[in-house]
Amino acid sequence: MSELTLTLLRLGLLVLLWLFIFSIAGVLRSDIYGTRVSRRSQRGSGRAPTSSPARPAAGAATVTPQPQGRSRRAAKRVPTSLLVTEGPLAGTSLPLRASGIVIGRNPECALVVDDDYASGRHCRLYAADGQWFVEDLGSTNGTFLGRDRLTQPRPVQTGSTLRIGRTVLELRS
Amino acid sequence: MITTVERVAPSTRRGVELLLLLVAIAIVLLAWVSVDLTRTGAVPAQIVPVGGGLLFLAVVVHVVLRWRAAYADPLLLPLTTCLNGLGLVMIHRLDLARNKLGADGDAYRQLIWTALAVALAVAVLVVLRDHRILRRFTYVSMAAGFALLLLPLVPLLGQTVNGSQIWIRVGPLSFQPGELAKIALAIFFAGYLVQTRDVLSLAGRRILFFTFPRGRDLGPILVAWLLAVLILVFEKDLGSALLFFGLFVAMLYVATERVSWIAIGLVLFGLAVAFALSTFSHFQTRVDLWLDPFSPTSLRRSDQLANGLWGMAAGGLTGTGLGQGRPWLTSFAESDFIFASLGEELGLFGTVAILVLYLLFVERGVRTAIGVRDGFGKLLAIGLTFSVAFQVFIVIGGVTRVIPLTGLTTPFMSLGGSALLANWIIMTLLLRISDQARRPMAETPAAAPQSAAPGAAEATQVVRLP
Repeated sequence: MSELTLTLLRLGLLVLLWLFIFSIAGVLRSDIYGTRVSRRSQRGSGRAPTSSPARPAAGAATVTPQPQGRSRRAAKRVPTSLLVTEGPLAGTSLPLRASGIVIGRNPECALVVDDDYASGRHCRLYAADGQWFVEDLGSTNGTFLGRDRLTQPRPVQTGSTLRIGRTVLELRS
Repeated sequence: MITTVERVAPSTRRGVELLLLLVAIAIVLLAWVSVDLTRTGAVPAQIVPVGGGLLFLAVVVHVVLRWRAAYADPLLLPLTTCLNGLGLVMIHRLDLARNKLGADGDAYRQLIWTALAVALAVAVLVVLRDHRILRRFTYVSMAAGFALLLLPLVPLLGQTVNGSQIWIRVGPLSFQPGELAKIALAIFFAGYLVQTRDVLSLAGRRILFFTFPRGRDLGPILVAWLLAVLILVFEKDLGSALLFFGLFVAMLYVATERVSWIAIGLVLFGLAVAFALSTFSHFQTRVDLWLDPFSPTSLRRSDQLANGLWGMAAGGLTGTGLGQGRPWLTSFAESDFIFASLGEELGLFGTVAILVLYLLFVERGVRTAIGVRDGFGKLLAIGLTFSVAFQVFIVIGGVTRVIPLTGLTTPFMSLGGSALLANWIIMTLLLRISDQARRPMAETPAAAPQSAAPGAAEATQVVRLP
């Protein structure tokens, strides 16, 4: 074998090895899974009527024919998302899934609140009989629906506010 | 500022995996061809059957992944294939130098072990549908781990090779059961820690800056830990003892998030080293060899480390080229010193590439541990990953004179069937866990709530075992 061929083979192997590594690194860059936190630059610190701009029409059409914006009527509607209005996570929202949501400090919860007064598994929201309910999971400092401390599961509607430690949550549709 | 948290459903990326597998096999075949062109001046005659066989094995695993674990990590299999293949090429290259051809060669045996390992990996993927099943076997796997560790001490069965009593021999086959014990004890630790980690990290007395856990929480784990390390020290397998020790400290640290574990681990480690230095003469010898491998007394004892270092120095930046160096001068060039052999013929560029391949493997393992949602899976994934990472550190650190040399195998590369089997099982378990980590949760978007059963209400823990 000629010296040139061997040298080319030797360097070619190293080049191929590094190309392999770089292509793996390329796959790593685009390999994203888990949860995504997307930010929308919208003013009003969550107080403004920003109810899920992504699907207002669909929610209104399937649940009730009422036009939006009239709060008395809207309060009857089934909530579709949960918005943190006060506390360390203020501004975060997440969709309500039919499978329910557990809130607490435990990293296994769907909404992990960074709040010293919250328990590991603090409370949960679940759906039953076409309604959403909130249930305290034996938390130390309690879950408040409006001003009342929860002792048993209670139904919630759009506009209900929940307080967990220093975090205030609001149900939106 | 409004932020929305939503789940990202990844694509399965099995196509990418197939493509990278083909590249990995191309690297291995190119390496093989360049070895044979250099040594014998001809393209190897068996390139079609053996190359085809390798491709077949890789594609079988790939197809089984599509069938049984569609969301599994796409990078682990190509990385493993590449490392395993490069190891095979280097073993074959040393066979050529020693004129051990065909069925006598180590490469032939290693190839059969690779096929067995792949078969075992496929079996694990097909049988084990969910890694959480393993949690039921927490204490069974502890017993199995100790049984495996103790097997070499059974008379008739056990065998002493190179001063270490870690082999068993059944008929024509010899096997190192300690490699499998590593997996069993990792399962035990994950299972035990996931149920006691809260108690371990919260309850206890605070002395100085550290919180020390209560004896009854810590007891079982400390006993298991000490027993494993003592057995290995008794069998004179220092490398594995160090590996188990590190594995346990790492898993305790990850489970409890207490820095005090690392401090306790380091103190215990220091005590153990001081004790070993004063008691075991072979340990003292290793430290002397490490501190001054080129002194006349050291060279008279063992020139292995010095030869390996000279070999890597001869390789330079781009290496002598496969088949053009003299790696066979080092003893155990095909097992403990395979990294030095590759360093001589692939040079710094090649060795760094191999280290990066290991790094990427470990990164995928840690990513899996972060991504998976159940605590047992997290701990198991981190434990298995750490065992591979620490093993790479111990053996390559030993060869490159970062730490004293203790005999361990380089994962996936070294000659040795039991280590290869164990590492392929580790890789398969990581694939299984990563499938759980990446698989999107079955969920309907908000919509009108259906009446859900109470058990299904926990979004985070939908445990449905087959």
